[in-house]
Amino acid sequence: MERIGVFLCWCGANIASTVDVHQVVEWLRDVNGVAHAENYMYMCSDPGQELIKKAIREKNLTNVVVASCSPRMHEKTFRKAASLEGMNPYMVEIANVREQCSWVHQGDKDAATRKAFNIIMSTISKAKANNPLETIRVPITRRALVVGGGVAGMTAALELAEAGYYTALVERDDTLGGKMRRLSRTFPYHEDASAVIAPKIEELKANDNIKLYLRSDVTEVSGYVGNFQVTIETRPTEGEDGAPEVVTEEVGGIVLATGYDLYPVAAMSEYGGGKVPDVIDGLEFEELLKESLATGAPVKRPSDGKEVESVVFIQCSGSRDPEHHKPYCSRVCCLYTNKQATLLTQQNPGAKALISYMDIRTDCKLTEEYCQGNIEEKGLVYIRGRVSRLYREGDAVRVWTADTLTGEKLEIDADLVVLAMAIEPSVGAEQISKMFRAAVDTNGFLQESHIKLRPVESSTMGVYLAGAAQYPKDITDSVSQALATASKIQSMFASDELHQDPLVALVNPEVCAACGLCVPICPYGAREVDERARFSRVNEALCQGCGACVAICPNKACMLKNDTPMQVLNQIHTFLGKEEPAQ
Amino acid sequence: MQQKIDPAKVRGEEVSQVEEIAGESMYRCYQCGKCSAACPATPEMDMLPSQVIRYLQLGLPEKVLKANTPWICASCLQCMTVCPKGVDLSRIMEGVRMMQLRHGENRIEMREFDEEYRKRAPQIVFISGLRKFQSLS
Repeated sequence: MERIGVFLCWCGANIASTVDVHQVVEWLRDVNGVAHAENYMYMCSDPGQELIKKAIREKNLTNVVVASCSPRMHEKTFRKAASLEGMNPYMVEIANVREQCSWVHQGDKDAATRKAFNIIMSTISKAKANNPLETIRVPITRRALVVGGGVAGMTAALELAEAGYYTALVERDDTLGGKMRRLSRTFPYHEDASAVIAPKIEELKANDNIKLYLRSDVTEVSGYVGNFQVTIETRPTEGEDGAPEVVTEEVGGIVLATGYDLYPVAAMSEYGGGKVPDVIDGLEFEELLKESLATGAPVKRPSDGKEVESVVFIQCSGSRDPEHHKPYCSRVCCLYTNKQATLLTQQNPGAKALISYMDIRTDCKLTEEYCQGNIEEKGLVYIRGRVSRLYREGDAVRVWTADTLTGEKLEIDADLVVLAMAIEPSVGAEQISKMFRAAVDTNGFLQESHIKLRPVESSTMGVYLAGAAQYPKDITDSVSQALATASKIQSMFASDELHQDPLVALVNPEVCAACGLCVPICPYGAREVDERARFSRVNEALCQGCGACVAICPNKACMLKNDTPMQVLNQIHTFLGKEEPAQ
Repeated sequence: MQQKIDPAKVRGEEVSQVEEIAGESMYRCYQCGKCSAACPATPEMDMLPSQVIRYLQLGLPEKVLKANTPWICASCLQCMTVCPKGVDLSRIMEGVRMMQLRHGENRIEMREFDEEYRKRAPQIVFISGLRKFQSLS
């Protein structure tokens, strides 16, 4: 026979002003199986927790129900308190009488009091059928994998290697450095981008803890957090024959840093779709600048090699256009465009830079000062309005735009037009997402687990995100995020084993028909049909207890531990004041 | 009407002359519009004070030279007081007026004042009026 203790929290006035907490306790004392019931001003406080511990000790309780706020707030607190008295923490249940009762029924104390009682009764019926559970323990392979050899991937790999962990770095290109290798200078200090990245590349090559896979792709991923198996295929060097080399790495943590590509100019029919000569994208202009800076010769345009005297830069090319192109802001274009215009006036003295913009977004350290300083000193002309179209007119590119600050419709003939094209996930990001079960957002960027609080975690445990693969970002932010992923993996590697909540799915092999419906529905890849034993297994390390398999199982062979269909039905019946169904 | 912008005229001679007279750079202004919001005389103006700078930034001084704004400006300095970049618009207005006067366009004619008024008004009105509104050429 259960001996249940019920602890009703006032939450100051949050619950007590709407629910008659004394009446509820009176009622509870008459309930069969309830060995102890009391209320207190703040159950989560130290004296509140002490009341729970004391009752467990003195009344030999088998279950505890705390009627308080949402389990998201203090479930852990109360489970820990109970476990200190030797009770299995999973014998503690929370009845949410704040968010789901007092807060929403403030005008009706009688009804709220009855509802609070019903919620508690319903939770008691669930608690009665709970089983003690043990934390799942998973071993950890202390080796890491980084996908992508740009500045983000390199930073993460170096950080992990320097911490002493073997790290495999997979890069599909035959060189490291990613997009940074194509850049001329970086904002705001105009450092040579290649000179910034080159020592990092050397450092990385010299580090014994790093295994470098160039010209390589990940082709298969299996396993789970702490225990992944990753198959890597290396293509032979260009000009050489032979089959690709295939290696399998066993790793515990993974960083995805697959970077970005520019949305193609060909997709911008309003800007000539790539067919108008001397209309180029931002990276192509970086290369023109890079050459000019290296040789000292002025910037020349691609079509006829003419030294450029006037350049129109078009920001938000493909960005912030939900109707035709990309809905999001590509974040780095405002600053690199300002930088490019500045370097242009430096390399081609007397050249004019006109910049079409909607607003100038300078959200990083020092960048507002950088941007406004350049405008003042170099006389960069910002024209507030989007370019509607452009076409070839004789020797020039004719640009139609407007200046909304004066209300003038404008026409400009320029030597060269530079499109600050939208940033999109790099080619192949979709396959990466599927292989690593790392979800993507509506724009194809790898999706963080929580935009505020879990910004570097993917939807799969043990797989982390760094750099522009997650969302457009500059070098500073890419490096910060990469360092964060390395820290996350190091903190995982710092423990002997991973601990996981045991509230996972369970299969009754007698009932399971091995139909396999649970395998594709599982978002975590935690289900697999054992063909020999003829039933579907649960990988407890991967299962997050979402219940998708429970809902789809036609035989009701799947259930969640301590949330069985019978427990859920009992809760509903109890809440509605009906008889409990027969077992 | 489509307005042609000539990149060569951006930061061109006339705009540079206004900058020189005013001792102010047009490119310090980032077009926030606070000056126009503060100016007490905008109801009489055909162009906002911020737009005067805007046209000069775009290399379109001819628009500004036709505007009445610089002549309505009373140099009350409300604009400069609120400007986040510390731009002294009254000096830019002065620069534009000087340019306009150099084009030989007079804003006042002594003959337009009747005998009665000329007798009544203090001397300084005509002296400063002529200095401000009369071409020297």
